[in-house]
Amino acid sequence: MTGQIPSGDAMPTVNYAYLDEQTKRMIRRALLKAVAVPGYQVPFGSREMPLARGWGTGGIQVTASIIGPDDKLKVIDQGSDDTTNAVSIRRFFARVANVETTEATGEATIIQTRHRVPEHPLTAGQILVYQVPQPEPLRKLEPSELETRKMHAWAEYGLMHVRLYEDIARFGHVATTYSYPVLVNGRHVMSPSPIPKFDNPKMGQSPALQLFGAGREKRIYAIPPWTEVKSLDFEDRPFEVQRWDEPCALCGAADSYLDEVIIDDAGGHMFVCSDSHYCEERRKAGHAGAMLATSTGGKLAASNGGDR
Amino acid sequence: MYVAVKGGEAAILATHDLLAEARRGDNAVPELSTDQIREQLGLAVARVMNEGSLYDPRLAALALKQAQGDAIEAAFLIRAWRTTLARFGSSLPLDTAQMAIRRRVSATYKDLPGGQVLGPTYDYTHRLLDFSLAADASEIPCRPPSSEPLAGSMPRVPDILGREGLMESEVPPADDGRPFDLTRDPVSFPAGRDVRLQSLARGDEGFLLGLAYSVQRGFGGNHPFAGEIRMGEVAVEIVPDELGFAIDIGDITVTECQMVNQFTGSADQPPQFTRGYGLVFGHAERKAMSMSIVDRALKGSELGEAARYPAQQEEFVLYHADNVEAAGFVEHLKLPHYVDFQGELELIRKLRRELEEQRAGRSSTPHVEKKEGAE
Amino acid sequence: MTGVATMPADTGSLLEARLVSRRYGHHIGCEDVSFTLWPGEVLGIVGESGSGKSTLLRCLAGLDRPTAGTVAFRTGDCMTDIFAIPEQERRALMRTAWGIVHQNPRDGLRMSVSAGGNVAERLVDGGERHYGRIRAAASEWLTRVEIDRARMDEPPSRFSGGMQQRLQIARVLVSGPRLVFMDEPTGGLDVSVQARLLDLLRALVRDLGLAAVIVTHDLAVARLLTDRLIVMKSGRVVETGLTDQVLDDPQHAYTQLLTSAVLAA
Repeated sequence: MTGQIPSGDAMPTVNYAYLDEQTKRMIRRALLKAVAVPGYQVPFGSREMPLARGWGTGGIQVTASIIGPDDKLKVIDQGSDDTTNAVSIRRFFARVANVETTEATGEATIIQTRHRVPEHPLTAGQILVYQVPQPEPLRKLEPSELETRKMHAWAEYGLMHVRLYEDIARFGHVATTYSYPVLVNGRHVMSPSPIPKFDNPKMGQSPALQLFGAGREKRIYAIPPWTEVKSLDFEDRPFEVQRWDEPCALCGAADSYLDEVIIDDAGGHMFVCSDSHYCEERRKAGHAGAMLATSTGGKLAASNGGDR
Repeated sequence: MYVAVKGGEAAILATHDLLAEARRGDNAVPELSTDQIREQLGLAVARVMNEGSLYDPRLAALALKQAQGDAIEAAFLIRAWRTTLARFGSSLPLDTAQMAIRRRVSATYKDLPGGQVLGPTYDYTHRLLDFSLAADASEIPCRPPSSEPLAGSMPRVPDILGREGLMESEVPPADDGRPFDLTRDPVSFPAGRDVRLQSLARGDEGFLLGLAYSVQRGFGGNHPFAGEIRMGEVAVEIVPDELGFAIDIGDITVTECQMVNQFTGSADQPPQFTRGYGLVFGHAERKAMSMSIVDRALKGSELGEAARYPAQQEEFVLYHADNVEAAGFVEHLKLPHYVDFQGELELIRKLRRELEEQRAGRSSTPHVEKKEGAE
Repeated sequence: MTGVATMPADTGSLLEARLVSRRYGHHIGCEDVSFTLWPGEVLGIVGESGSGKSTLLRCLAGLDRPTAGTVAFRTGDCMTDIFAIPEQERRALMRTAWGIVHQNPRDGLRMSVSAGGNVAERLVDGGERHYGRIRAAASEWLTRVEIDRARMDEPPSRFSGGMQQRLQIARVLVSGPRLVFMDEPTGGLDVSVQARLLDLLRALVRDLGLAAVIVTHDLAVARLLTDRLIVMKSGRVVETGLTDQVLDDPQHAYTQLLTSAVLAA
């Protein structure tokens, strides 16, 4: 009942950036509300996208609603521009939005990300779009949506600190390493998406606008520029980020989030920057880590985003 | 336009070629046409239309071909396509009492006005492989039409019960009557019946079947009777704004199931039967029956029944029935998670290190107590 | 025990129930129950099972909304109708101003959270954000309810029934409520365990000057803990009075039956 089967390539008649303009307006209204109430989860009429739920459909819808032909888009997954899902989403927008793409954090106007905040500091005018699998920071403590919405409405966040208490009592420190909950603007407890807690401090007082899209769960939330974002902790057990004993084996950076790369069958490993563009720029600028001279290191450097 | 082309990108493009090859299979075997799928795999087409939420047998057949017969992948293709379609409005409620019946059975009455119409069904076949189907094309002769035409009136069983006041009545919503559209608006809880029925209609057949089965086995608490199942063609009517009267835009095939359940009554209501409702595209009896059992289970909260079991819990059912969402989220575990895993790896190493240090006697008391002592 | 039933009227009442009714369809849970509770007073609600005691308690504690009547609680200088205020404020009162000790510990405890964490919850609800202080308070309260500090980090699922009940009490009392509701606090416990719990409850109520509403079918528990009694039958109050008076000189035929049943046993 829906007319002719289109011939030829699969996307014949879709609107600019895939979504129709009414849908984009609906999402932009949700975004405005989200910006007005930082950290509050705004329900929105999430559409079914040609990418799978859980694969970034929330971020894709947010990006699709704000993108224009003058934008420059960067897409990262796990900090890297070259991971499969980042490539897939970048190709999607290049195809449906005719947009220029880039890997340079500084050049991008919109950066869609899964699981990382870029190392390069963001600037005013940039928008960071997070892909969010589970927007509800209280979900593991309370499975009912009806109840968690009440808890947010009335700022009943005690249970969250019970969870932190339990970790400290059991392990001596908070055992959450990613999706570490934050309090936004002193009011709403928010999931930062599964970024490592290493990235949490970058969210606060950022000059950039941060938007969060959860497609499957149909929620949008935001952190406007220059907003206070506090990682939950106790006064006498302050929040801490991960630190490594050694710098990046490729670029020597000591201030970035490192991924562990297995280099032989005997469990030998090295640590390299998760942010592939950051690592590459540092190497171009002449920085070299311990492994770069060896053949294994050189090969991995190439696969970690090096020149080909 | 500059698009970064690197290792990952080239590999992804290669997977597309390999997929096309796998889909086609042996080139020596003639290619399947979408017409063949539509005509000869009709039940698969119906499932894709239901779970894809779009009545279009030709596109569903195409989706099945593209998805190599994977019903969930095909529903996914249909739904992504559906997103791009314009909405013209809502149809009037289908009048299934006026259905051109091809099958109609009731398990609650031996005989009833209009009679039992068995129609095309596997119910009375022996499940023996029919090797004659493996042979080359055969033409099936058309059965001559019955000398006795079907009755002009085929009242729906719950309507018969309703005339006696024995069946709960379905009260039309007080507002303008336009249903909620869960593909356009976010669902909030508690959800209305329209939301529940939509969610069930597009829900995964296997999931609903499992839930319905759990209700029957006692994880639900009510015993359903198949009041009536009917399948056939009904007219779809819309009222265009510019005309102001209803016009018929075509017929669709649907399967409707109404389950009859006992209800002992409450403060406001005398004992009567309650209804579980299922309506799906195409011929899909198993789905319609499962849907109607779960619909009745979800009504429990309105009838003051305790929601003890999964099938009675609205959030549980509605959040998890959608197989496209579920498949996406389960399969997203294939995506790289090494940033988060790195955090876990470091934490586990740290915890083990701390435990070893304790065991080595460097700390005679547990660290928790030690820290307390320091305060 | 503390004799506060005769507390001067000018101190003001703590809780006032006025014609509280709760119906389930045609079925009456409780009907037209009125009484006044004074600060520091321990009120017992007795009756057979099915007499509406627990239904009444749930209405008084804010868990279930009465179908008619009002429940007012003292907040500052005035009495607040707890069902006339928004759910948010009622939930806040339930977390701070009073506490509920449930008959089944599973309803009152988080079984997957450690004993210390269970006690910590009401403190963090109240805004406490200092781990050391929370830990110290939890430790102190566990000691007060006679739970070994060494078991602080264990989940209550590993505790005995009596310990779980005592943990519930610690969890409620840590935030310093003025009123505690208890639903059959000794139900399901062995006699020796019951005696220990009753001793503990009596001491806590006396030391903290707590008011309490205790639902029990056990008149021995009522005699030991309460100052005043309400006797319920079929959802209605049939007799009220000072505990000793009601138990030793019952006026209503039903109360006479109840007390003689105890004597016989």
